[in-house]
Amino acid sequence: MSNAAVLKDDYLGEYHVYEPHRAGLPPIRPYFRELWRRRAFAVELAKSTIRSTHHDTVFGVLWNVINPLLLAGVYYLLVAIISQATQPSDYFAHLLAGLFAFYFVAGCMSGGSASVTSAGRMIMNTAFPRMLLPLSAVYIAFRKFLPTMLVYLAVALITHVGVSTTALLAIPMFMLLMVFGTGMGLLLATAQVYFRDTASFLPYVTRIWLYVSPVLFYPDAKFIEKIGPLIHLNPLYSLLGGWGDLLVRGDLIPAWMWIEAALWSFGTLALGAVVFMSRERDFAVRL
Amino acid sequence: MPSDSDKPVGPVISVQDVCITYRTTFEKSPTLKDAVLRLGRRERSVREVEAVKNVSFDVPQGSVLGIIGSNGAGKSTLVRAIAGILPPTTGRIVVRGKVSTLLALGVGFNAAISGRENVLLGGLAAGYSRAEIADKYEEIAGFAELGDFMDLPMRTYSSGMFSRLAFAVAVHMEPDILLVDEALSAGDAKFKEKAAAKMAELVGQARTMILVSHALGTVRDMCNDAIWMNKGRLMIRSEPQHVINEYTRFVNVGESAYTLEDV
Ligand SMILES: Nc1ncnc2c1ncn2[C@@H]1O[C@H](COP(=O)(O)OP(=O)(O)OP(=O)(O)O)[C@@H](O)[C@H]1O
Ligand SMILES: [Mg+2]
Repeated sequence: MSNAAVLKDDYLGEYHVYEPHRAGLPPIRPYFRELWRRRAFAVELAKSTIRSTHHDTVFGVLWNVINPLLLAGVYYLLVAIISQATQPSDYFAHLLAGLFAFYFVAGCMSGGSASVTSAGRMIMNTAFPRMLLPLSAVYIAFRKFLPTMLVYLAVALITHVGVSTTALLAIPMFMLLMVFGTGMGLLLATAQVYFRDTASFLPYVTRIWLYVSPVLFYPDAKFIEKIGPLIHLNPLYSLLGGWGDLLVRGDLIPAWMWIEAALWSFGTLALGAVVFMSRERDFAVRL
Repeated sequence: MPSDSDKPVGPVISVQDVCITYRTTFEKSPTLKDAVLRLGRRERSVREVEAVKNVSFDVPQGSVLGIIGSNGAGKSTLVRAIAGILPPTTGRIVVRGKVSTLLALGVGFNAAISGRENVLLGGLAAGYSRAEIADKYEEIAGFAELGDFMDLPMRTYSSGMFSRLAFAVAVHMEPDILLVDEALSAGDAKFKEKAAAKMAELVGQARTMILVSHALGTVRDMCNDAIWMNKGRLMIRSEPQHVINEYTRFVNVGESAYTLEDV
């Protein structure tokens, strides 16, 4: 009750000071309070985008599922032919789990990159924390991700991979993936405002990123030793490697993997948030 | 309005020595490719436009301030800054109260989704709760008189229908301060009359309003205070008739049917 009164006084009540701030961040606490208060906007924006692109229909959901499923089939055949060796029995499940999670991150990135530039008029005419736009893109990616997990579960049961209780630890790992995806979305949203061709480079970047991440291979594959410590420069090595090990193999992953994943994800989020927030007041002039 | 009987009311809007500069690039849309190609030439294709130059004024509560001036004078830029959309380049703007905007580009409507969804989205973006918007929805739809079109995507709307809905949203959100930037020009005569009555009603409730318009007649009838801007500078601030006289003398057109009509 009193809380509501305080809230009302702080923002609706209404006192705003606008000053130059090219150099730095906006006042942090009011910014995030305002952001939290308008969270329903991000959700509603996501829902109306999903509706208007028909991703809420049966076929829309099917498309989100079938696309990575077919891709997993293609990669499965490809790897089987090239390596000429029989893969472990959980290989298809591993591939699928990795692809679904990778698609989620890629969705945060492509959705995030378009989120600000496609909101043109809204930015020109309404004052609100712009971060709501890339956050909404993350929510869309998450909504598309959820049904793919049902498919994973079905495949895991059919191929006798099963789901162990350790797999529950994949949930916090997914949250780290989400934190990472949010950070990437914020960075790309900002980049897209200044360089409108960012989104057209993105598919190539994501494709290469997919090949160097532990999706087609296992995080403990032999050749990784040859690459050495360089592999840790790929944030998705620990994030997707940990995700696959926990979910598919049901292995507990070593502590360094958690730490590496957490450092990468929160570091990216912090960087993304600082870059986005220090630039966002420039957006209205740039669109 | 919040109770303000116990403390002296300062101005509701205070614009203090504000300058606003746009930095524009010549390319239609900036790309990384262009930026890299340009590196070889070491040329910067950035031009600065000083849209607002050292403008200061206060708006007391309950007043209706008209802003007039030629095209490109900086009126829309100034109003955007007061709404908190564009940061001032130097100076300071203090605003007390809940602001609702009705700006020239049409509220942040998304043409792909229905009017109903846009009302909800616009309201949420402006910081209202779902419940508050649901409360107001019938009133908004009733005022806009769009009937079944409320459930059709907004790309099927005419520009007048767009501005009807924009106006209905802006005035029904119980703003303390309403900023209107040439937003009614597409409405038909009947709607303009209705809109003018609604604005008068808001002013009667001691709400503050800023009205940017090329229709000098509207400014004269509706405003009790006016400023004239020219090339980013505030030329004079006075009562509307005097400002209009000065402005029309300056641009040398005289009050004619063309300058008085239209919102
Ligand atoms: N997004 C932008 N980027 C660069 N320059 C801009 C931008 N918007 C406006 N300007 C420039 O700023 C100046 C003021 O523009 P503004 O839109 O504020 O004028 P105005 O008084 O509203 O004019 P009008 O009566 O035509 O609506 C103009 O010189 C214009 O070219
Ligand atoms: Mg204008």
